[in-house]
Amino acid sequence: MMFTIAAAAIIVAHICAVIRALKGPTVFDRVLAANTIGTAAIMLLAVMGFLAKRPEFLDIGLTYALLNLIGTLAVLKWFRYGDLAHGEEDERGDT
Amino acid sequence: MELIINVLSWGFILAGSFFYVVGAIGLLRMPDVFTRMHAASTSDTTGAALLLIGMMLQAGVSLVLAKLMMLLFFILFTGPVATHALARAARYAEVEPVLANDGAKPKKVSTTKAKPSKAKAKAKPAKRKAKS
Amino acid sequence: MGVKLRTISLVCVLMVFWLLLSGHYTVFLITVGIICCTAVAYFMKSMDVLDEEAQSFHLLGRALIYWPWLLVEICKASIGVAKLILSPSLPISPTMRTVKASQKTALGVTLFANSITLTPGTIAVEREGDGILVHAVTKEGLDELDEGEMDRRATAFEGRA
Repeated sequence: MMFTIAAAAIIVAHICAVIRALKGPTVFDRVLAANTIGTAAIMLLAVMGFLAKRPEFLDIGLTYALLNLIGTLAVLKWFRYGDLAHGEEDERGDT
Repeated sequence: MELIINVLSWGFILAGSFFYVVGAIGLLRMPDVFTRMHAASTSDTTGAALLLIGMMLQAGVSLVLAKLMMLLFFILFTGPVATHALARAARYAEVEPVLANDGAKPKKVSTTKAKPSKAKAKAKPAKRKAKS
Repeated sequence: MGVKLRTISLVCVLMVFWLLLSGHYTVFLITVGIICCTAVAYFMKSMDVLDEEAQSFHLLGRALIYWPWLLVEICKASIGVAKLILSPSLPISPTMRTVKASQKTALGVTLFANSITLTPGTIAVEREGDGILVHAVTKEGLDELDEGEMDRRATAFEGRA
């Protein structure tokens, strides 16, 4: 029962984030919404693991937690430089 | 003993669900990117952590508990990194007209307090260009 | 700690991680795990990223003082932001200002900035001089941060300054 409530709350959050991703207006709103969707997906995987009594879902959630960060950073880097191979030394000068 | 754990995990999961939904509502209501980030961090940090603690109480001492703890650590350590990268990228994009980043409805916010920050944001990149 | 000792401890940490994730304890899988962990540690050593910051075990003791305090702060801030979002008039006053960061090492500043970002209502945007540029959803939240209790505690957490 309690996991059903948690799953419902997470799905509501999912829907809100999808609406924000569709509305924009800037690319950063969309990236933020994508990041939120990612975290919500992790939580949904964990809760579904409990609902279905299959703890293997947690492993997928762990992998997704790592992918979510890398994905967000890669997308941000792409929109800043238009190039994922941009070197670190080009950035050092201004920090 | 079981009753106490059940009541505690009910409390944590209900609180987590509440913060999750509130953060999502904030994501829709807030007027610009930075304020939306605050709303998102409410759901991503507090909501997720409370839900995970509630699940941990239900898991008992097992491998599942260890995995949930790992998940909690990952979320608490990677969340700020992603948010900070997003904020920094949004700030730098303000100077590039292609990705010009204005609040959706700036009139609704009390802009008097936001103004000095905008002036600073414009002054900084100029300095940066002069250095390089 | 020398590089050799750090490599060995990295292999141990990775092996614990492997054992926790796998859940199957057969000879074959454990052997594969040891090979993988050693390979990863070797790659990290040859990439020269195995420095003091990669393994900060010396912070663990003081973390037990800092983290509970941070948790309480996060709870208080979350309730504040939730109230803001749920109030019909949306009484936000977004502010951006530089907050002083008195930590000495890069690790200490990172700790402080991550603590700021982790707390709902404040985001660390950028390092500026000897401070951190912070965006806050309300002016009051930034004023509270400016009083410097989090800064003091982060500096104490960093230690050996």
